[in-house]
Amino acid sequence: MANVKFVSATRVFGKNTQPAVDALELEVKDGEFMVLVGPSGSGKTTALRMLAGLEPIDAGSVEIGDQDVTDVPAKDRDIAMVFQNYALYPNKTVADNMGFALKMHGVPRADRDRRVREAARLLDLDEELLTRKPRQLSGGQRQRVAMGRAIVREPRVFLMDEPLSNLDAKLRVQTRSQIAELQRRLGTTTVYVTHDQVEAMTMGHRVAVLRNGQLQQCATPRELYDNPVNQFVAGFIGSPAMNLLTVPLTDGGVRLAGKVLPLPAPIRAAAAKADLATLVVGMRPEHLHLASGSGDFGGEIMLVEELGADALLHIRLPEGGTAGGSGGSSPQASAVIVTRAEGRRPPSLGQDVALQINSADLLAFHPVTGARLAG
Amino acid sequence: MTAMTARVGPRRGRDVSKQAGWAVLAWVVAIAFFLPVLWMVITAFKPESAAETWPPKFAFSPTLSQFRLVFSGMGPYFTHSAIATIGSTILVLLLGVPAAYALSVQPVKRWRDGLFFFISTKMLPIVAAIGPLYVIALRAHLLDSIWLLIILYTAMNLPLAVWMIRSFMLEVPGELLEAARLDGAGRIREIGSVIMPVIAPGLVSTALICVIFAWNELFLAINLTVTNAATMPMFLISSVPQEGLYIAHLSAAATVASVPVIVVGWIAQRSLVRGLAMGAIK
Repeated sequence: MANVKFVSATRVFGKNTQPAVDALELEVKDGEFMVLVGPSGSGKTTALRMLAGLEPIDAGSVEIGDQDVTDVPAKDRDIAMVFQNYALYPNKTVADNMGFALKMHGVPRADRDRRVREAARLLDLDEELLTRKPRQLSGGQRQRVAMGRAIVREPRVFLMDEPLSNLDAKLRVQTRSQIAELQRRLGTTTVYVTHDQVEAMTMGHRVAVLRNGQLQQCATPRELYDNPVNQFVAGFIGSPAMNLLTVPLTDGGVRLAGKVLPLPAPIRAAAAKADLATLVVGMRPEHLHLASGSGDFGGEIMLVEELGADALLHIRLPEGGTAGGSGGSSPQASAVIVTRAEGRRPPSLGQDVALQINSADLLAFHPVTGARLAG
Repeated sequence: MTAMTARVGPRRGRDVSKQAGWAVLAWVVAIAFFLPVLWMVITAFKPESAAETWPPKFAFSPTLSQFRLVFSGMGPYFTHSAIATIGSTILVLLLGVPAAYALSVQPVKRWRDGLFFFISTKMLPIVAAIGPLYVIALRAHLLDSIWLLIILYTAMNLPLAVWMIRSFMLEVPGELLEAARLDGAGRIREIGSVIMPVIAPGLVSTALICVIFAWNELFLAINLTVTNAATMPMFLISSVPQEGLYIAHLSAAATVASVPVIVVGWIAQRSLVRGLAMGAIK
């Protein structure tokens, strides 16, 4: 059990290119489940591999348990990793797969067998599976063996590289809760990489959002959802995604779909201070309500996605929300926003609806830097 | 309706006859290749008188007398071939695996140059090298010694083996090696416990190819050995005497000489196909 620290850790592939991981400063507390999330190319897997010792560190350092491990070889860092494709030894039995690391470290056979059996029990792996080879197992079983191989080592830190991405959807949901529960039971510090923000939100104590090798925000799932620090985080976290529209500022608010949408004073003040003519306004689908009257703005329903419990309405706004280049005669692209509605009797296609949003639920971002205004 | 059935009928007929045509052609080619071998095996069972007729006789009373002659004479030749082949193949594998490792999984600096050097040794016609080889063997007192053959066959097969084993090692998933590294496996364990089990079919096919080349090698054997290390190909040459034509005896000798390689190949054919196809299927 130990804490993990990335101290300005940097990794560059090739010369004079953008760093894959750019001066990452991140601390994972002892016993914490930290999720690294981000789109492809964000550097999350590279950061994990730097921690594992599989990737050299070009600048900065990495610490495990307050000890600098930058120059320590992977096998001596006392960590265990679950790979995306499981990386099980194909010619060894399940028991040998799980016990291999212990064998390499000279643990006597009786001890090895006992620990393998305990890990198998913890993961609900039948005793009879222990003598099978990986090719005789299902995908879910193989995934559990990969986890068992990590658990058996009783390491200071667990590293997991998208372990659920090869499972089918239903199994993924089931396994994700099992992993979270297992981590809480064992209490081992865990660093988990995924591109799926649902996994990030449901499993992590804290989530670190990465983009282009740079840390955007590291906070609890709730904090990330309610108070994103920039436009990228706001649009990445939450499904369906937050509606983000570039709109021009007018008196008292912004111009949206031919009407004026009032903005709270702090946002207006921040916009004025930054000398902005437009800004990006963010509205979560569940914060938009169907209004009985004229509401804040309205549009025509162009798609209804029925999910059973609720329905997603894709609404086209007239006159758009994107600021036209120089205004004038060029037609503005019309924006489509997504809102949640009740599942039983959603409005129908083609219907005109009015929407209303509480001004406290509005978020605003700088149109160029993406930074949150008046966070 | 009628138009559809009319269309299906003739077209299907045309496909069938095209398939049949290709099948017949394939069989004709296969038989054409196999016919000389078949003739050789049949001739091995003939008495000398029946063997030298033209057109070839297919009705005859089979006899084992030729084989008895062959077995009585081939003893030492067979032993020498076996020792040279097995010895050189083992050495090739022992040297080839680490070499391939150093050229694939953990490439050394200038590995491309190393690879090219290996293959360049095969570009030299062996005839050009026989003179210096003879002199070296003479000075080293290795002429007519089975050790000389083992060394030379190893050198002859090593480039091919390194290339083949290297290609199989490149197929091993990188994640597997990283998992082994994290588990604490040192280099030897990595090769022995992780890489070799995965490439085992490839090693078998490499060994088989080395066995075939070593067993059938004639030029070096005939020029550098006389009696103490004479191999099976030399036994075959000796079955072609100065006077007279003993075709039945020669056929029997050739059949016996081919049998070991065919048997080994038969046993290992599944591994051979799997090994050679390993790169194709992920």
